[in-house]
Amino acid sequence: MTKRFVKVYPRFERLWHWMQVLLIMALLFTGLGLNGVHSVIPFGPAVMLHTIAALALLTLWIFATFWLFTTGTWKQFIPKIEGMIEVAKFYAYGVFSGQEHPYKKIFWRKHNPLQAATYFGLKWFVFPAIWVSGVLYLTYNFWGQGAQIITIVANIHLLAAYVIAAFVIVHVYLLTVGHGFRSHVRPMLTGYDEVDLTPEQLAYLEQNEPDRLLPAE
Amino acid sequence: MGIIRLFALAAGLGVAMPLGALAQQSTPEPSLQSTADHSKFEILNKPFASGPEVTEACLSCHNQADDQVKMHSIHFDWDYEHPETGQKLGKRNVINSFCGSVAGNEPRCTSCHAGYGWTDMNQPPPQEANAVDCLVCHDRSANYTKLATGAGHPPMEAKGTTITGAKAWAVDLTKAAQSVGMPGRDNCGNCHFYGGGGDNVKHGDLSSALYNPSHDVDVHMSAKEDGGEGMTCSTCHASEEHAWAGSRYNVEAADTTGTGKPGEHRYSASCQSCHGTEPHPVTLKGVKLNDHTDKLACQTCHIPSFARGGVPTKTLWDWSTAGKLDKDGKPISEDGFVSSTGKHLHTYLSTKGNFEYGEDVTPYYAWFDGQVEYSTIDRKIDPTQTVEVNSINGHPGQPDSRIWPFKRMEGRQAYDVENKNLVYTHVWGPKTDTAFWTNFDWAKAIDAGMKAAKQPYSGKFDFVDTYMYWPITHMVAPSEQAVECEECHAKDGRMQNIAGIFMPGTDTNSWIGILGKLLVLGALAGVLMHGALRLFTGKKGTHHD
Repeated sequence: MTKRFVKVYPRFERLWHWMQVLLIMALLFTGLGLNGVHSVIPFGPAVMLHTIAALALLTLWIFATFWLFTTGTWKQFIPKIEGMIEVAKFYAYGVFSGQEHPYKKIFWRKHNPLQAATYFGLKWFVFPAIWVSGVLYLTYNFWGQGAQIITIVANIHLLAAYVIAAFVIVHVYLLTVGHGFRSHVRPMLTGYDEVDLTPEQLAYLEQNEPDRLLPAE
Repeated sequence: MGIIRLFALAAGLGVAMPLGALAQQSTPEPSLQSTADHSKFEILNKPFASGPEVTEACLSCHNQADDQVKMHSIHFDWDYEHPETGQKLGKRNVINSFCGSVAGNEPRCTSCHAGYGWTDMNQPPPQEANAVDCLVCHDRSANYTKLATGAGHPPMEAKGTTITGAKAWAVDLTKAAQSVGMPGRDNCGNCHFYGGGGDNVKHGDLSSALYNPSHDVDVHMSAKEDGGEGMTCSTCHASEEHAWAGSRYNVEAADTTGTGKPGEHRYSASCQSCHGTEPHPVTLKGVKLNDHTDKLACQTCHIPSFARGGVPTKTLWDWSTAGKLDKDGKPISEDGFVSSTGKHLHTYLSTKGNFEYGEDVTPYYAWFDGQVEYSTIDRKIDPTQTVEVNSINGHPGQPDSRIWPFKRMEGRQAYDVENKNLVYTHVWGPKTDTAFWTNFDWAKAIDAGMKAAKQPYSGKFDFVDTYMYWPITHMVAPSEQAVECEECHAKDGRMQNIAGIFMPGTDTNSWIGILGKLLVLGALAGVLMHGALRLFTGKKGTHHD
């Protein structure tokens, strides 16, 4: 096995990620304002910002979904039970005794099993909940009547938003675990991460996709 | 339609489309260029000794006019049978929380009658052709007026006061007759701005400020040079044979018809009859604002407050304290309120009791389907509660109901303790020995009032707290001064008493809100503890090389 820096996050995926960061932050901030948690931005402008950011995020997600399926990257997000317990154990107590993270990022699998399961839950339940409820909320007047149904829609939207906020907190915190914050953020900026390559994988990359490999140190 | 609006939502993403929602239509102004110059008619070129004489001259050409006014106009009948409730309304029948009732006080109250000589509410108004007052609406000389106590007749000598409270002058009827034209604001305002006995006392949104309002007081009636439209009352209150659109008993609370076909006669005084049913531009914001029109009346956002322009409105009238006299037995008065223009207003009068006033008053909001019921003599009241002199109907979810702004007048007025109804009161005599304003004796005044109205009375009276609701629809502000979103979409916002609507931003601590906050706090606490443990154990987990 050889450790090499390999491009694991292509340009679109990085753009997707950071656009998503920007838009989700904007949505959380304006959304909390609309819910009455703060009043930093007046209600009217907050509605406009929230709506524009939401429509932009939906557009981004349409592109991302297309990208995931055409490139086969969707497989990265299918969770596997195998190894998940080890990762959970590591975060629960191994990390305190200086153990190594049990998951080694490998060439064809950039998420550890717990990560993959989390993203699976986000992508299949929480994100659909927020955008379906959000679109229903936005277009309520075209289909809805009465205060009850919109209350349900709004509460689903609100709960999903809080789940995403909790995810963001844990997500950012976990960047500090292991190799540290900077080394965790760097791959999402540059695209390259250190990966254990088998001789066959290395040979394949050198032969067919040399651009994905950084020169060995 | 839904598809088109959905498309509009998508198309309007932040881009204002040039397609304005305000329908392009010429607004007919009162015609200043009649084909007739009335000063050249021989029949008007002579001295007139009375109002009815002028009317006769008018009718010699306008031979259907008296019939139209008498048959169709509530301005003449003061009588209205509500088509939904069957209640007998109109000034002839209702009791209000201001001067009480017309019955028993006729020549004072009928000074604003659009006719001459109505002195008994038990009779219909005089039916002679010349009993119609043409000049009160059509005089354009500003010279005509009506005497405050003359049952509709104009002052023929400089004695007494006019209906606006001004010192009376000898009206030049010839000059008035030769000046006639379509009604201006003064024709309507001289009565309607002074309802309840003084400037803006009654309505709150109809005051002398509207004779010549600035643009921020009224976008429609302000002068064109000031950015307004220069409209008169009848620009909106379209007429049909001397009957006008707009009613306070049977309001068109939700106009879903809109502008109608090009050139079609407008029978409605609603906002939508000019502005259409989707009045905001097709932008992201405009579409969201149009979304509100199924719940809100236009007035709710576009009239942020009433009694603007420096003329206060009476907000409380407590009749129960009236009648206090000084040690010499003379009536007393207090001037405890100063308006923004420095005018001192009575806060106590022996004749009328205690008053409170307001300027720039935030309206009271309620669901309203346009139907108004009155606690007139045919309705029993519950004196243990605040009595609604008029109750406004309307419910959330009803297609014809909208949330409307109101002036909610607070009152305290007399009722019959045994029969449990509000009473008619004889306040203006002035020379009778029963009139309250001369004798300060409620027992006599109520007895006389009930007799005048020919209603049964137990002889026992007390006072009860009342509310009276006045729909607010005038004094539309410029759009930039419309009620901001956050004034309603907030805890304790303007709509806090409104049931049946879901209002984002008003309840951040619903149980889902609390659950969500706990979730976020839990995540924060979790990572902080996890991080602290890592620091404490000295293992940051940052190395394994």
